[in-house]
Amino acid sequence: MPNMMEIRWHGRGGQGAKTAALLVGDAVLAQGKYMQAFPEYGPERMGAPVQSYNRISDSPITLHCAVTSPSVVVVLDPTLIGATDVTAGLPDDGVIIINTNQPASYFREKLGLKNGQKVYTVDASTIARETIGRDIPNTPMLGALVGVTKMLDFDAMLEDTRHKLEKKFRSKPGVVEGNIQAIQRAAQEVNSD
Amino acid sequence: MSTKERIALTGNEAASLAMKQINPDVCAAYPITPATEVMQIFAQYVADGLVNTELVTVESEHSAMSATIGAAAAGARSMTATSSQGLALMWEMLYIAAGLRLPIVMPMVNRTLSSPINIHCDHSDSMGARDAGWIHIFCENAQEVYDSAIQAIRIAEHPDVLLPAMVNYDGFIISHAMEPVETLADADVQKFIGPYKPAYQLLDVDNPITVGAIDLTDYYFEHKRSQIEPTFHACKVIEEIGEEFGKQFGRKYGLFEEYKLDDAEIAIVVLGSTAGTAKVVIDELRAKGVKAGMLKIRIFRPFPHKQIADALSGVKAVAVMDRSEGMASMGGPVFAEVRSALYDYDKRPITVDYVYGLGGRDITLDHIRSVYGDLQRFAAEGKPVVDSISDLVTYLGVRE
Repeated sequence: MPNMMEIRWHGRGGQGAKTAALLVGDAVLAQGKYMQAFPEYGPERMGAPVQSYNRISDSPITLHCAVTSPSVVVVLDPTLIGATDVTAGLPDDGVIIINTNQPASYFREKLGLKNGQKVYTVDASTIARETIGRDIPNTPMLGALVGVTKMLDFDAMLEDTRHKLEKKFRSKPGVVEGNIQAIQRAAQEVNSD
Repeated sequence: MSTKERIALTGNEAASLAMKQINPDVCAAYPITPATEVMQIFAQYVADGLVNTELVTVESEHSAMSATIGAAAAGARSMTATSSQGLALMWEMLYIAAGLRLPIVMPMVNRTLSSPINIHCDHSDSMGARDAGWIHIFCENAQEVYDSAIQAIRIAEHPDVLLPAMVNYDGFIISHAMEPVETLADADVQKFIGPYKPAYQLLDVDNPITVGAIDLTDYYFEHKRSQIEPTFHACKVIEEIGEEFGKQFGRKYGLFEEYKLDDAEIAIVVLGSTAGTAKVVIDELRAKGVKAGMLKIRIFRPFPHKQIADALSGVKAVAVMDRSEGMASMGGPVFAEVRSALYDYDKRPITVDYVYGLGGRDITLDHIRSVYGDLQRFAAEGKPVVDSISDLVTYLGVRE
């Protein structure tokens, strides 16, 4: 499939890896593109390593096999690195974005990334605590993802996400504002090596 | 929802939304992975007062189907949803629903059967129920789940049919994957399905009927024989309703979908989500000048044997893809049907079977490429390269 982008999300049960993929899916659809968003299911336990996926394309997507060589990997929890092969199938020009307070160069060495592969880091957990009030790193990582890949119009994505969150958290306007700030801050604070 | 719109839905959400717009009189609910969400979301619609449905929470799937049958016999438009072990527990009631000619519609999320315990997709569950007398519709994606659930009401309730119908879709691969789905306005769905006018109803005291009568050596055979006719009639009705749906809403449906099959020399026969993955491989092969095609079976019961055999008779080599195993039969159930349908044709393709994806094992582009590679060799040699009949069946993607 030409011009199809595949994303893999790594998280731990409860961190919102599935929700992140769904949020991306919704944002992509809102911009008139085609998408899939699906989690990898197994025994569902808080804290267990989980993965979820996106496919994004300008034309309809008929593929229904697993995503095995994503061009972008997003890691919601740095403690997964070493426990899970987060770079599995990452192509030579692939991108990995990690929620951590460490610099990107640290992970380039730790993951043994190739020259063409790009690594970005952002302290999404701190951003989430400061904006949302809880360590839910998925929305800031959505901001980092769109900021880095430019796969979507950032402002339109922000508006769409605001709209979605307003529906979901009608009685908690603070949650909506916190998430929006988290997305914006993560996009600004994400750094390469 | 007032107008047609394109929204992001999982297969289960698409099934629930279709049920909401159908607004059945009675639904029975019992949870089972990966179908649980269908009734969970629907129960929320009931709680929010968005449907008029009487929701019956029951203690097992056997009871779910029993309650659905009772409600349908009383004259209510009745639905439930299930998967895997749930379908297995409904077993005896499935035959009763069909024998009583009750037009129940049931989203059925395909998941394998224990043992070993596994929650993932294959078609073992519904394939085991293929001879229960139900209509079996298979869906490739969430859009087809939505559209087929709506059409299934019309098909099942059609006076020439009056049979229960299950709308099958792949567990997790479709049930839990979010995709764009074009939805219809509530009023358009209601207009399309129309009001339910049961032919007979238990609660019509002015016209009393017996439901579930005993029928021994004297008439059982005749009654079973008369059940077969409407099952075959259903093919014509399914095509007419699929055509009408296409005219009204822009997505036409038939008994099966032919993908680049017209001039194909090699083809696969497949049902469910794998058809979508195969389309990518076919496009690749076509770009290289290989005449590859596909026949995606949508209606497995009634099995449109003549139509399928006609569509395949010009192909040189055909690979049937079975996502369930016949356990020491000759290949999987789809292979048995397709190969048998072709038997009386003077000109018929080489036909082999690939059993794949049991227990959710991923079926990749490379797997499908390898099947077409085999077919190219078989077509060139004019015969499959096998030593014995059992070699006609290949297990794709298993470690041996």
